[in-house]
Amino acid sequence: MKVKYFAWVRERIGLAEEQVEPPAGVSTVGELIAWLSERGESYAYAFEKPKVIRAAIDHVHVRPDAAIAGASEIAFFPPMTGG
Amino acid sequence: MTATVTIRIQEADFDVAREIASLAKGRTDIGAVVSFSGLCRGDDDGKSITALTLEHYPGMAEAEIMRHADEATARWPLTGLTIIHRVGRITPGENIVLVVTASSHRQSAFQAAEFLMDYLKTNAPFWKREEREAGASWVDARAHDDAAAARWTRS
Repeated sequence: MKVKYFAWVRERIGLAEEQVEPPAGVSTVGELIAWLSERGESYAYAFEKPKVIRAAIDHVHVRPDAAIAGASEIAFFPPMTGG
Repeated sequence: MTATVTIRIQEADFDVAREIASLAKGRTDIGAVVSFSGLCRGDDDGKSITALTLEHYPGMAEAEIMRHADEATARWPLTGLTIIHRVGRITPGENIVLVVTASSHRQSAFQAAEFLMDYLKTNAPFWKREEREAGASWVDARAHDDAAAARWTRS
């Protein structure tokens, strides 16, 4: 699946997007955040406060307990500050 | 009632008068047009700002705004609405966002405009980065914006 990062999540990780293949045990958005956090210091820094991180699956806001099965694009970003 | 919905995300500035005129053009059923423009301030909490840079999530930003536009047209009898959100670098005094709502009567136009702005602030995937003389930093989300959006939730 494709993972996208925005704003300071993108800056901390140093990537705007990437392809990831999480193992079978990673089935929710929250578990994906925990799995990504293990990928290195930059990921651990970006996800150091997982409760702050917002997520979207295929352009729709989701909560941490949302299932990731079948998702083609998952995005992680800080709380929004537009308008 | 079919509402004319226009949503644009663009780097270029917009012309408020022209957007209002285009919503009203050729129609005689509109009794009220409400417009809200959000501008870039030159200071935040007393600290001066050189510029803002707006980042967005292409694809989702349009989809999320459209979902709110659909909800607004379902909740209020609107004849049309226009939402324009700028992205990129914006300096103090420049426009950032425009919401225009048109209806037969003013209450619907006022309420729908306020609803749309409250949701844009908290749910549309845009992020502001402030440039100051001392450096740049991402703007923190504000609890009062969440509270403003929450009051439209129907129980």
